[in-house]
Amino acid sequence: MSLLAASGPSIYWYLTRSTGAVALLLLTISIVLGVVDVKRWSTPRWPRFVVDSLHRNVSLLAMVFLVLHILTSVLDSFAPIGLSEAFIPFIGSYRPFWLGLGAVSFDLIGAVIITSLLRQRMGYGTWRAIHWLTYASWPIALLHGFGTGSDVKATWLLALSVGCAAAVVAAVATRVLSGWPANLGARSAALGGTGAFALFLLLWLPHGPLGSEWARRSGTPSALLPHAHNSSTKGKK
Amino acid sequence: MTEVQRPRERAAVESAPALPRLLSGIRAHGALTLEEHLALHGPLPTGHGARRRQQREHAAMLIDEIELSGLTGRGGASFPTATKLRAVAGARGRAIVIANGAEGEPASLKDRTLLEALPHLVIDGGLIAAEAVGADELILCACATAPTSVEAMEQALAERERELTGGHAPKVSLATVPGHYVAGQETALVNYLGGGPAKPTFTPPMPFEQGLRRRPTLINNAETLAHIALIARQGASWFRQLGTSSQPGSTLVTLSGPVAHPGVYEIENGASLSSLIDASGGTTARVRAALLGGYAGAWISGGHLQGVALSKEHLAPHGATLGAGIVLLLSESACPVAETARAARWMAGQSAQQCGPCIHGLDALAGTLEEIALGRADARVTQRLERLASLTSRRGACAHPDGAVNMISSALEVFATEFADHARHGACEGCARAGELPLPLRPLSDESSGKKGARA
Amino acid sequence: MSHRVEVNPITCEAHGMCAELLPERITLDEWGYPLIDDTPLHGSQVEHAIRAARACPTFALLVKKERTERSGRVRVRSG
Repeated sequence: MSLLAASGPSIYWYLTRSTGAVALLLLTISIVLGVVDVKRWSTPRWPRFVVDSLHRNVSLLAMVFLVLHILTSVLDSFAPIGLSEAFIPFIGSYRPFWLGLGAVSFDLIGAVIITSLLRQRMGYGTWRAIHWLTYASWPIALLHGFGTGSDVKATWLLALSVGCAAAVVAAVATRVLSGWPANLGARSAALGGTGAFALFLLLWLPHGPLGSEWARRSGTPSALLPHAHNSSTKGKK
Repeated sequence: MTEVQRPRERAAVESAPALPRLLSGIRAHGALTLEEHLALHGPLPTGHGARRRQQREHAAMLIDEIELSGLTGRGGASFPTATKLRAVAGARGRAIVIANGAEGEPASLKDRTLLEALPHLVIDGGLIAAEAVGADELILCACATAPTSVEAMEQALAERERELTGGHAPKVSLATVPGHYVAGQETALVNYLGGGPAKPTFTPPMPFEQGLRRRPTLINNAETLAHIALIARQGASWFRQLGTSSQPGSTLVTLSGPVAHPGVYEIENGASLSSLIDASGGTTARVRAALLGGYAGAWISGGHLQGVALSKEHLAPHGATLGAGIVLLLSESACPVAETARAARWMAGQSAQQCGPCIHGLDALAGTLEEIALGRADARVTQRLERLASLTSRRGACAHPDGAVNMISSALEVFATEFADHARHGACEGCARAGELPLPLRPLSDESSGKKGARA
Repeated sequence: MSHRVEVNPITCEAHGMCAELLPERITLDEWGYPLIDDTPLHGSQVEHAIRAARACPTFALLVKKERTERSGRVRVRSG
């Protein structure tokens, strides 16, 4: 096993990246479907109950991929990630802040999924209020992905992330604008927050994950940084 | 009418020397004091202080007496009072009694009259009802837009403080409720008193089994309780000396429109409309039509008013009831089409906005009536009205849309000619005049507009 | 024992899934709100009714179970 580790990333490393990316995609689709659902969109071929069921099932599928994402990151021996770090944020040693964001997002999504499965046992108002947490969980998941990923500069992942972000922004805008101007305060805050987040990404990405030495700056333990093992690598500045 | 007209102490009916009953001793201004009240009616026979078994027997006897009296609710539904009492008494848990003086109907003034002029009668009735159902709490509800009645009730409760802080008396409190139309609906009242909005809730459970704080709740109209206060003293046979066999006793009626003295009157059930009008000093203009029962009631055209008597069985052939004792007369110079459209629009505005069919249906009905009044309706408007009526009625959580549809359907039938004329020729000269039907001046979201019954 | 379908008009927000899943008993009016036929349900219709009640996002659709021997009514939310 250690020979394999020395020669390159393990299967789990690839799996954790891919399941993470798929989870992000599924969560994006879930949010889009959620807005389509609440806007009561339907056609004869896509009746309301199908859109609603699809939203529920895509969310459950996203949860499956999230669980795989967590398990494979724990099983992978490269980065020292313990199982508890999946639920309790910021306690780990590998990029604690950015990994912790993943735990925060997972906790929020977990709350939404559990309350949705147990809908009938709680008041509608309570369920709905908790459901709003999905809007918070998504940007946190995205930031987690940008912060922890080692191949965040890869074109495919960047394109996927940007595409998903665009889809979510469009979904949120649609949701906020329907029924305007009722609850003006909340709606304005939502639009403002979304705009601010988009702006933040634009400004931060080039200097952050897409900038130099992100691995070190994001909190990767120095023992795991490239120049620590391979003495022939020229130190980059 | 811009303020409550105190009715004079007189018999309102030809053959009944035994009136007034509730309105006995009523003063031109101010409320009867406790002393005056007791001097007039005698002490209240309560079972307080007796042992548990005797209290239960006393309670059962009270309900039996009320059943024998044939008293029915005076809040509009005319439900047999004893049946309600038995249901609450037999339900699981300690009961609560609510005295409903909310009176959200703008054309009704009787409840606030009772509260502000004869508060002890209502309090007595509440205490008897509480005994009858074994309640440990009595909540008296007055309307926030009738501050005089609130003050009078506060004063009356202060007068009885000693009696009410005794060990056996229920906990008595006064609550002020909003003045909009549906706030007085039973589940809305329970909702409001429980800390929620004054909007109806879905049933079941009905209040009598699970109402305020999930306890069996008896909600009686203020006038019903006033009758109970007298029945407890004078008995069922006395009560039945007036009225008809199916509707015994007397009733408070709010009369408005072109009469010399509009206001609250006490009539014997079954009295003729003409005797009521006589008692009010006669008409000041010819009467075109009457709206009985308020804005959820039914119309009777002027031509048919001659022999009309005010009781359930006499009004049934006209498709009408007295409701909460409301008689609105419309003068000849008013336009029934315009008035109906106004009333329909107001009823639409009074929707609690909780149920789709009520929100959309009442709005569409009011809009269609307005179009007819302005001569903008197309040929298929009758079918549209019929369809809207069937889509709106019985599809809400409360009876508000049903009432509005009832009133509108009745108008369409009684004033068929006038509606047809308007559909063809548009507004008539009567349309332009200020509305005669008493509707609040401002939308009832502004609860400071206390001029119930003001002319708009 | 008979089952009927009923709607709570206060919580109903006209999502319209009930009419898709139980067209035998539910149609929608011009505003999107359900028109309920409350004749008793037969056989497999009960399952469809329960599924429709579960699908309602606001739990406005109710499946009532009535014991015909006793006079009491029991309301079942969605089986």
